Amino acid sequence: MSTSFWVNGEQRTLDVDPSKPLLWVLREQLALTGTKFGCGIAQCGACTVHIDGQAMRSCVTPISRVEGRQVTTIEGLRGDDGDLHPLQQAWIEHQVPQCGYCQSGQLMSASALLSNNPNPSDSDIDAAMSGNICRCGMYGRIREAIKSSSVASTSDEKLFYNVAEVDHV
Amino acid sequence: MSKLTRRAFITTGIAAGGGLVVGIAMRPGNQVKNLASKLGEGGEGLIHTYVKLDSDNVVTAIVPHSEMGQGVHTALGQMLAEELDADWSQVKVEEAPAIGEYASYSAGRRYLFAGVDFSNLAIPTVDGVMMRVADMLNLQITGGSMSVRTTGIMAMRIAGAATRELMQTAAASAWDVPVTEVTTEDSHVVHAASNRREPYSAFAATVAEMTPSQTPAFKDPSDYKIVGKYVPRRDIPAKVDGSAQFALDVRLPDMAYASVVRSPVPGGSVVSVDDAAARAIEGVLDVVVIPKSSVGGMLGETLSTEAVAVVADSYWTANRAVQALNVSWSETGFESVSSDDIYAQFERDISAKTKRETDRKAGETESAFASAARVLDADYHVPFLAHTCMEPLNATADVRNDSAEIWVGCQNPLGFRRDVASILGIDPENVTLNNHLMGGGFGRKARPDYAMQVALLSRAVGRPVQLIWSREEDVRQDFYRPAVQSRFRAAFDSDDNLIAWENTYTNKNEPIEAPLIPYSVPAQDIGYVSSPVHIPFGAWRSVDHSQHGFFTESFIDEVANAAGKDAYEFRAELLQNSPRHLAVLIRVAEEAQWTRPLPAGRGRGISLQESFGSLVAQVVEVTVADGKVAVDRVVAVIDPGLAVAPDGIAAQLESGIIYGLTAALHGEISIENGAVAQSNFDDYKSVRMDEAPLIETYVINSGNDIGGAGEPGTPGIAPALANAVFDATGLRIRQLPLGNFDLNYQAEESGVVG
Repeated sequence: MSTSFWVNGEQRTLDVDPSKPLLWVLREQLALTGTKFGCGIAQCGACTVHIDGQAMRSCVTPISRVEGRQVTTIEGLRGDDGDLHPLQQAWIEHQVPQCGYCQSGQLMSASALLSNNPNPSDSDIDAAMSGNICRCGMYGRIREAIKSSSVASTSDEKLFYNVAEVDHV
Repeated sequence: MSKLTRRAFITTGIAAGGGLVVGIAMRPGNQVKNLASKLGEGGEGLIHTYVKLDSDNVVTAIVPHSEMGQGVHTALGQMLAEELDADWSQVKVEEAPAIGEYASYSAGRRYLFAGVDFSNLAIPTVDGVMMRVADMLNLQITGGSMSVRTTGIMAMRIAGAATRELMQTAAASAWDVPVTEVTTEDSHVVHAASNRREPYSAFAATVAEMTPSQTPAFKDPSDYKIVGKYVPRRDIPAKVDGSAQFALDVRLPDMAYASVVRSPVPGGSVVSVDDAAARAIEGVLDVVVIPKSSVGGMLGETLSTEAVAVVADSYWTANRAVQALNVSWSETGFESVSSDDIYAQFERDISAKTKRETDRKAGETESAFASAARVLDADYHVPFLAHTCMEPLNATADVRNDSAEIWVGCQNPLGFRRDVASILGIDPENVTLNNHLMGGGFGRKARPDYAMQVALLSRAVGRPVQLIWSREEDVRQDFYRPAVQSRFRAAFDSDDNLIAWENTYTNKNEPIEAPLIPYSVPAQDIGYVSSPVHIPFGAWRSVDHSQHGFFTESFIDEVANAAGKDAYEFRAELLQNSPRHLAVLIRVAEEAQWTRPLPAGRGRGISLQESFGSLVAQVVEVTVADGKVAVDRVVAVIDPGLAVAPDGIAAQLESGIIYGLTAALHGEISIENGAVAQSNFDDYKSVRMDEAPLIETYVINSGNDIGGAGEPGTPGIAPALANAVFDATGLRIRQLPLGNFDLNYQAEESGVVG
């Protein structure tokens, strides 16, 4: 059965089982291997992509569900000018990745968060990012990198904010 | 070429294209075909290249270790570049191939001769022997927090320093000036008096004919420009745009995909397979029973039991088909075993003390307990744990009649190559192993079972196959961090001084020093009993330290409390003869403001653990509310001797802490009906963003021998957390995970909070 959708701005039409998850279509049929397999049950977030701008777990999204829709993967996160997305730049500046396997998913969740909410609070970040597991445990760096890319804060303020928040629990 | 004997010497050679290579030579006429691309015609004899200098003055560091995010490629590159005085922006790092010439001989030297200080004269002989031993053992291991303190210290910086000396000598000769007036900077030789400055590459051909010093002079650490400084990790840019290549990303022409299942009870074999439903799924190509195979190695036997695999045109199809299989597994005799049975067995064996072996015996424990004014005892235990690397186990193989090519991410490429060759019955020289970035390792990817499976599978179906384990298979077919019980007794005199420490635990692995305590206690008796289980053992980040750190650092807290002392003050008093430990402890107390009062419902706990050559102290702050613990803040201090990559050390501490925190809060592999009960991240939980504490890290560069970084952050978090919960609630946690406890109930009972 033929399915047609947009991936990173390019229209794709594929003959594929409509129940095949988007993850495996991307990885096996479109050679877009930046999106990772981690659990298969929407528990770890390694497979996160944008569907019409929203962060979605591609491992449980049947390809039929993206008919006619816009899919963005980590390969399409750069700007149209080819420059890194500000979050990708922040990820490098904060030396976020260790093994790096979860980071495509982390970046897709974080970029969806910032496009909906340019100045997220700590609890906004918790809510948007807690679907993404990082077994290397780089949560502190992810949080800092998101905040450095948000509209308001600066690094020093953030540190004091975190400490103050802890002290007044 | 330099001396060619059975001893291993640093030597030089000419690289293809006219550059210079520096590495280790061992014997004459050693033609290494796999290094042909790196070595020119004149390079025979040089077998283990560390540094390559191209004609455009670009330096390439060749690192014989695997990258799993610990930053080893960058850190070892830094060590070489520092002593070479290289321009870091013109240094490339590449991973050595999986061939015998790159066996980790310095890791072997460290492993087999720990604590032995060889003279400079003896080192070439020892290295020569170790190169043969490591080659024989197929040792190319990344683990034990070893890379910086073995290959880095014993090889990379020596190669760098020796090369720099040759550059100075060559330039002095060419310029006809005293060598003492020639300096180096940014991959250039400089003679300031005559205003001359030339790139290293200008002298490559000359240096290639010279004999390097085996004992070059090293820089004074105060002159370091690259080591000990912040440098961005080289592997990070490819990890933010999806271009980093993991083994899972390998794509070959005509490649099929496979999923696999083994007996839920370890050791079971296939009795029968009903694969009708599986084969009926469109896209399924074959159903294959992968035979049992077994290999030896540094970690002992790795047994890959029989498995049933489905090969298909898509992993999604293959995995659905695996779920549609109806496999009957043989009885193993363990079908009725549960976690409770295992703990009951531990209890029985610890109490019986049959064939108890001793780790440390000091003073007279028996008389101390006999004369004690008071005795405190406690039993601790921790469950089995899985590794759950983010990247599920996977490997790709293309096996032909008498050759094979493997694509995998692993912690011992050479060992994996040997093991695959062994089970295929072909010459290891005919196996090409391509090692990839690993999406996590944590010790799991030192076990070759997944590579063995895919090799047999590719041979069975006669085409390239990518085998991917489902997360369920990954959780259920691990080599597990062992469950352990540990029993303590402490004796006090009438002044509440701790006079004796007795500890018996189940099942020793390594490192051997893990259960030892740094505290000055006059009488100590630490030992273990064997209590075998059917769950296979695996090295799990920090290995035995992960259990014993929790046990000993919790019990010393109990002892302090029983003596009516502050947990920090009590430890400090017992460390008066251990200044390095004491310094780390004092620093963490200062940074965490240990004496600052906390409001009701909050608590603070401390721990100190030496492991893998580094000392780590941690202070954890928690809030206990509604029966649950929230970890607010972790302050960690490490003394690694010298932080080669300070931000890398910080990242490893943060990572080790979160890995250990996941285990402390949630980690439990339980055994039901002989099998692992958990299956995926929904029932084997990880710490996520909303549970992650603020972590502050501090480094003490004490100048002691360089220690490890990848593991030392892990052991201390569980005890510091449990001690903080005690501080907040009065409840002593003696079992993990903490998530199993209703702290609300206990807190009310204790009357401390609420």
